[in-house]
Amino acid sequence: MGLTKERKAVLEGLCKQFRRTLLDTLYSVQTGHPGGSLSATEIITTLYFEVMKVDPKNPSWEDRDRFVLAKGHAAPMLYIALAEKGFFPKEELKTLRQLNSRLQGHPCALKTPGVELSTGPLGLGLSAALGMGLGARIQGKQFHTYVLLGDGEIQEGIVWEAAMAGAKYGIDNVVAILDKNGVQLDGPVDQIMPLGDVRAKWNSFGWNTLEVNGHKVEEIYDAIQEAHRVKGKPTIIIAHTVKGKGVSFMEGKHAWHGKPISKAEYEAAIKELEGGR
Amino acid sequence: MAGAAGKAMRQVYGETLVELGKTYPNIVVFDADVANSTRTILFGESYPDRFFDVGIAEMNMAAMAAGISTTGMIPFVNTFACFMVLRCGDPIRSLVAYTKLNVKLAGTYAGLSDSYDGASHHSILDIAFMRALPNMVVLSPADAADMKAATEAAVQYKGPVYLRIHRNECPDIPENDTQPFTLGKGKVLRDGRDITLIATGYMVHRAMEAALKLQQQGISARVVNIHTIKPLDTNLLRDCAKETGGIVVAEEHSIHGGLGGAVAEAIGRLYPVPIEFVGVRDTFAESGDYQALLEKYGLTSQHIVKAAEEVLKKKGAKG
Ligand SMILES: Cc1ncc(C[n+]2csc(CCOP(=O)(O)OP(=O)(O)O)c2C)c(N)n1
Ligand SMILES: [Mg+2]
Repeated sequence: MGLTKERKAVLEGLCKQFRRTLLDTLYSVQTGHPGGSLSATEIITTLYFEVMKVDPKNPSWEDRDRFVLAKGHAAPMLYIALAEKGFFPKEELKTLRQLNSRLQGHPCALKTPGVELSTGPLGLGLSAALGMGLGARIQGKQFHTYVLLGDGEIQEGIVWEAAMAGAKYGIDNVVAILDKNGVQLDGPVDQIMPLGDVRAKWNSFGWNTLEVNGHKVEEIYDAIQEAHRVKGKPTIIIAHTVKGKGVSFMEGKHAWHGKPISKAEYEAAIKELEGGR
Repeated sequence: MAGAAGKAMRQVYGETLVELGKTYPNIVVFDADVANSTRTILFGESYPDRFFDVGIAEMNMAAMAAGISTTGMIPFVNTFACFMVLRCGDPIRSLVAYTKLNVKLAGTYAGLSDSYDGASHHSILDIAFMRALPNMVVLSPADAADMKAATEAAVQYKGPVYLRIHRNECPDIPENDTQPFTLGKGKVLRDGRDITLIATGYMVHRAMEAALKLQQQGISARVVNIHTIKPLDTNLLRDCAKETGGIVVAEEHSIHGGLGGAVAEAIGRLYPVPIEFVGVRDTFAESGDYQALLEKYGLTSQHIVKAAEEVLKKKGAKG
């Protein structure tokens, strides 16, 4: 059973709102990472507003589903989703990256309600998510763990160590999602360090693999449901995305990985987002 | 006194690498997807055949550099200082330091200088790690001129060198820049009788400010720039202890294991005097404006003045 028309519309509305909030937030603080936040918008939104069971009133509820933002620099989009969920007041978004804020430049599990794992240094998230999955399994718990990786991030060797471990232990309560936007910090992934046939690689490591358009909430939702049905091995959903999605002058540009937004750029971006492209 | 805002060290480093690339056809540069930040992008543009951006794979980068150095090339390994220690740590210890390979390790965004990215990206334990490695030379320049000289010295020296590089624009320090940079030798930037302020990196400038403030209180403070943390200029440190009878060490690093530790180890053996430490006090810092972080985590000239007053009290008590 897929997403209903109504739910699809709700999620798309949230994505539009979140992109706008992202621009407002990053423009006002003049620091932070727009590109990788925008490519992950539909993925994070579908997880938090359709898939995951979490309780903002009780962030440490032991049966909650877990989300690990392995590509921690997309923290602003995570914070926006958490604020909308009610983990903390939306007004707090304005304090992003500022002294004494609970909203650190990269997620800090000690400071921010709803953040499951401190991330930022790339490559550690998948292993930690597998540990969460293993912990759930040996304690007979039903929760799922979702982990979002960047495509540059999977150049880290530890990701492939995790890939082997996930298959060996058949950790099927973990769903990895790859934000395959084709761009990293210094340039296109194909130029900086080509990944080859990513799907074939994960298959050969013993994972169940799925591919979706990472900007279509219904495809993301269906793939996650499919992942839940597959037993005995972990799943990775390869989400084809566009870095900077929704703001045309940012799209596909590595320069927009983590650049401050000027007033003119901000105004142009908002106009475009309001236009509902 | 400290002059106008100079260039960012990382920019000077990038430009110096380009210059060195002319004289040394055997310099090769490695980066791990942060070439725009480390400024090695400049070298990459000038010498594309000698530039290797290996993607987000720091451990692989360091081990490749170890290998290439055995063929007569001089590799520069580049990433954020925190990742240099945490990701490249094993190849640095097990290949580079152990075998004394001619590899240069440039850790940029040192200290709290990558302030907004937060504690996950700050680097306040790199000095501790690097100086605990046998065979490692540890260089920590104070300003743009120091940075250029340190990079050149790293190439001239045959063996492993760690270069600690700051992210942001740093004030030029005229008293520093008029003196030659000699690997292993501290620079006395200002003479004084009552106490010695020993600093490294960005904190050298802060120590100069502190000396001025102390002067207004009638206290004569010597200021020493320790740009080479290893090998440490222990003769100079001993003389300072003897002649001024008290020491404050200031660094943009944890108070555990950094320059403060190095100085205390030397002074404790050679000429024990009261000593105080200005640095990050056994805590993770946080995201925020750089200057605001320095203030909150105790790294201003005022903190150095306070520490100096403590030392002078103890010195007085000693009689
Ligand atoms: C271990 C490590 N090395 C380097 C960095 C610096 N860095 C932050 S984001 C990034 C690029 C990430 O690219 P990708 O994984 O493709 O993320 P996305 O395109 O989704 O933003 C880099 C190199 C880091 N955070 N961690
Ligand atoms: Mg990417």
